[in-house]
Amino acid sequence: MILPPEAPPAIELRGIDKRFGAVHACRTVDLRVEAGTIHGIVGENGAGKSTLMAIMHGFYQADAGEILVRGQPAAIRGSRDAIRLGIDMVHQHFMLVERLTVLENVLLGAEGGARLAPGAARARAELARLGDAYGLRVDPQARIEDLSVGAQQRVEILKALHRGAQILILDEPTGVLTPQEADDLFRVLRALRTQGCTVLLITHKLREIMAVTDRVSVMRAGQMVAHRDTAATSAAELGELMIGRRLLPPPPRSAPQPGPALLEARGLVVRDAAGVERVRGIDLALRGGEVLGIIGLAGNGQGELLETLAGMRAPDAGEIRLRGRAVFPGRDFNAAALRRLGLGHVPEDRLRSGLLSRASAADTAILGYQGDPAYRGRLGLLSPGRIAGHGARLMRGHDVRPPDPTLRAGLLSGGNQQKLILAREIERDPSVLLVGQPTRGVDIGGIDAIHRRLLACRAAGKAVLVVSVELDEILALADRILVMFDGRVVGELPAAEATEGRLGLLMAGIGPERASAAPVPA
Amino acid sequence: MEVLDAALPVLAATLRLATPLLLAALAGLVSERAGIVDVGLEGKMLVGAFAAAAVAAVTGQAVPGLLAGIGAACLLGLVHAYASIALNGSQVVSGMAINIIASGLTATLALIWFRQGGQTPPLPPGARFLSVVLPGTEALAGVPVLGRVYATLLGGQTALAYLAFALVPVSAYVLGRTRFGLRLRACGEHPAAADTAGVSVARLRCAAVLIASVLCGIAGASIATAQGAGFQRDMVSGRGFIALAAMILGGWRPWPTLLACLGFGLLDAAAIRLQGVAVPGIGQFPVQALQALPYGLTVVLLAGFVGRTVPPRASGVPYVKER
Amino acid sequence: MSGAPAAALPHWVDLALLPLLNLLLALAITAGLMLLTGNDPVVALTALAMGSLGSADAVGYTLYYATDMAFAGLAVAVAFQGGLFNIGAEGQAVLAGIGVALAALHGEALPAALLLPLAVLAGAACGAAYAAVPGWLQARRGSHIVITTIMFNFLAASLLVYLVVNVLIAPGSMSPETRRFAAAADLPSLSALGFPSSAPVNLALPLALLAAGAVWLLVWRTPWGYALRVAGESAEVARYAGIDQARMTVLVMALSGALASGVAVNELLGAQHRLLLGFTGGYGFTGIAVALMGRNHPAGVLLAALLFGALTQGGAELAFEAPDVPTEIVVLIQGLVILLTGALGNMLRPALLRALRRRGG
Repeated sequence: MILPPEAPPAIELRGIDKRFGAVHACRTVDLRVEAGTIHGIVGENGAGKSTLMAIMHGFYQADAGEILVRGQPAAIRGSRDAIRLGIDMVHQHFMLVERLTVLENVLLGAEGGARLAPGAARARAELARLGDAYGLRVDPQARIEDLSVGAQQRVEILKALHRGAQILILDEPTGVLTPQEADDLFRVLRALRTQGCTVLLITHKLREIMAVTDRVSVMRAGQMVAHRDTAATSAAELGELMIGRRLLPPPPRSAPQPGPALLEARGLVVRDAAGVERVRGIDLALRGGEVLGIIGLAGNGQGELLETLAGMRAPDAGEIRLRGRAVFPGRDFNAAALRRLGLGHVPEDRLRSGLLSRASAADTAILGYQGDPAYRGRLGLLSPGRIAGHGARLMRGHDVRPPDPTLRAGLLSGGNQQKLILAREIERDPSVLLVGQPTRGVDIGGIDAIHRRLLACRAAGKAVLVVSVELDEILALADRILVMFDGRVVGELPAAEATEGRLGLLMAGIGPERASAAPVPA
Repeated sequence: MEVLDAALPVLAATLRLATPLLLAALAGLVSERAGIVDVGLEGKMLVGAFAAAAVAAVTGQAVPGLLAGIGAACLLGLVHAYASIALNGSQVVSGMAINIIASGLTATLALIWFRQGGQTPPLPPGARFLSVVLPGTEALAGVPVLGRVYATLLGGQTALAYLAFALVPVSAYVLGRTRFGLRLRACGEHPAAADTAGVSVARLRCAAVLIASVLCGIAGASIATAQGAGFQRDMVSGRGFIALAAMILGGWRPWPTLLACLGFGLLDAAAIRLQGVAVPGIGQFPVQALQALPYGLTVVLLAGFVGRTVPPRASGVPYVKER
Repeated sequence: MSGAPAAALPHWVDLALLPLLNLLLALAITAGLMLLTGNDPVVALTALAMGSLGSADAVGYTLYYATDMAFAGLAVAVAFQGGLFNIGAEGQAVLAGIGVALAALHGEALPAALLLPLAVLAGAACGAAYAAVPGWLQARRGSHIVITTIMFNFLAASLLVYLVVNVLIAPGSMSPETRRFAAAADLPSLSALGFPSSAPVNLALPLALLAAGAVWLLVWRTPWGYALRVAGESAEVARYAGIDQARMTVLVMALSGALASGVAVNELLGAQHRLLLGFTGGYGFTGIAVALMGRNHPAGVLLAALLFGALTQGGAELAFEAPDVPTEIVVLIQGLVILLTGALGNMLRPALLRALRRRGG
């Protein structure tokens, strides 16, 4: 499949460098992508893959370095330049205007004249042709907001092809897809390659890389660390290259000593703002002294479940008991009330909900507990001195660096932000600790520290719930694993029986409906 | 006949009063569909009115006044564009500032230049936009009903009124059926999508703000040199906000916005007609209630008590490429 | 990573230098306009300064206007801290005025010690209620507070006209105003502090200072204020922390409206002693400039209020000192300050940042 070496590469990057403030997202990156191949870029979250692709597509400008397209130096100052050079991108968060139709979205930027009608007629014909050629069928008159995620992705690809893309970049395209949809996508990508298109596939899923790519490049901490022919490498080697060292054995774990059920939920149903059921009847029981892991592909209801258990949103049906007390249905069901009853919560998206990026670290360290008399001074007013003292103590005790409580929380690194939030929640000595994506965007050193903290909580008899999309993380932490798919628990495995293969099938929604999905009786 | 006698003047006044509202509401519509909130319609209309009246007074002609009004409104529009597009500043604050600047600036300049207590000199007929007599009015004069409707309702409006009403189908067509309209709507709904499709969000939003400014300039000119005969302090008196209300009631779409403007024009015409009329039981007719109705309706509609309007998703949000 | 460039400016630049530069820029633009129209800006600016600070009487007037500005500025600033843009301080002050007047007119039999607090509370209650409604509409019905408060300004103005012209007008009066309130409802003037009795500065000024102090304590030194600032920074974080966003929105708006009622107290009980049209004088809008310039902090608001009070008083004196320069130029300066400090806030930042970096090495 690989063209003779004398043909210029479809795209070549030399010394691309990009900073965002203090973050060095890309460090003098070199990359060579041969024409007519499917080239994978792998790396952990935050390794700089998406930034690099956005630079190729002109969404960001590189601070230094050059880009060659088909051997010619190219100045890509905006998406318009990239599109003219035949480079197009399917973003992780689709760039589709939801209230417009498929046809209008396809036309946008490639209207073919001041009046829409002639271009629309041509595009309609083109869509029909592409639909037949690649199996990318969508109704051109449908509104984007009415389409499934998979169909929306097809629109993105159609949009790129309609604009004559020769080089197609896909950023984490399977994160929101079912396995069947993902397989369909890969079929499309292979068909594109046959037609001479070059495909860049960004992912952190090694299985996909092994399944579909010709060559693969590995990014780590903003640098390009290795290039391999897919046929000549293995998932294990790529995994090590991504992480930069052999995977450490998970921290040692004592045998679980489950205590009484501290958090129980029965028949939980949660609908989103649009009325779609995101959680469809979930029962679970979380015991003291155990770590319960919940795994699933992103967007299968885990986020909504976690927010509901934490009191951030009320379920539409069901019951919740915290330490034996019925809290839902109940008048006083909210995050503050559950905190007072001994529930700690580290949210999935710390920047969006867990901290005040513009306030000081000390102010962030009392978030949710601002009513505690311990932070008050004379006349019952908040005491800045006590708040700063508490912040400093927390930061020292949990190795948050730099340990400066006056620093703006937004200026801490991702790992240190996470440590600060974890410190805040653990220091309140909660009976139940809910943790969403404990190590998302956290560097390797931080991951280990955070995992040890969570296991220490388990050893102290707390009930710990971990929601993660990272299989490794769940396998390293959980005593019991619930697999979520499409808003339901589709499987429950004790840690000893859980293997990557079994979990993977369940996450994909394949596999027997297990009777053991019901909670273990307390 | 009696009904016609009573209704025709009110309906003609409705069209006359709806003209500046319609122009300003379309201005707001174009701007907000592109994602730029414009609470500065009032101020841009005010400088438009002042510049139009001032230049018309000096030159003795209406058209140079109109052009000056457009130019002045565009200057303020550029300030709004600079603040909200180039600097990603708050669009609402910028709009409010423009209103206050316009109020202070027009009053100051009027006093300095004309020394008539903040007014321009009264404009002679030649310096104003006058009622147009449509061809065939005389021929139809003898026809009952139709003749009078043709003369005073369809005819008898100013050129700016015809322009305003003609702009409704034009803007509906441009928004729905042209490249510019598609890109405009995309920028107001999901600017990043437009950007990645190779559309310059900044340039497009800038164009939208300038088109809105041109329309506001015409609206101002129509107040000072068509409806009125000269500039008076703060003579726009809230019409910029009524226009905003009409745009919201019209759901950011041209034809329903036209309906809302006609409705508000009718309320205004009725209020003028009912001024001082005694109503049995309450004494004088409370015209304030009629005048307040557009604002009240907007509140009720926005709150979703009757129907629901959905603003363009990205309106008011600066487009910043962020990680 | 958001707001990273803004983060880099030292506090003193952000809080003091930038507002000062913006003010100077507004004055420079105004001066340029005067030059262009053939007036001497030095004469006008001198007249502004002398007219506002040149005599005890002038200072008394300046402080009287500053009282209005302080109340309106605090109202807007508190809402800003809660992430809400209250454009409706004007309308809230109008409703407060109606409340004040109804209390003053109906409680004429009461002694001053009862009547004054009653009138002040009635005003605060009306202002608070009138502000709480847009808050509730945003919290529960999703209508945007900016648009609702704009519309509420016009509704309040219509209501005031209707009440004064058709209902409350003093019998036999030609001008649209009520009869004079009872003397028991007069806020004492500050002549005890040495201001000439002609100056309308009154007890509302110390009330404004107290209000500023109370706002500072409430917002920066209580858990409720902490929650308010969290809600103002991010709705998501507030939800995580268990802060009832809807309740907070309604309460903040009510507080904002209660503060706006100070304008009515100062004007009606302190100076006019009757309800009349247009008594709010656009201070509700000036309050936006005051809050922006004062960086939404009570101390800053007081300083900015003093500045705008001086501008207003100086502007009134312009007519005598520099007859060719209209009073309205003050409105222009206010508008420019809102534009420069609010909407163009990012204009000077990059240049300042570069200058500081160069100096810092």
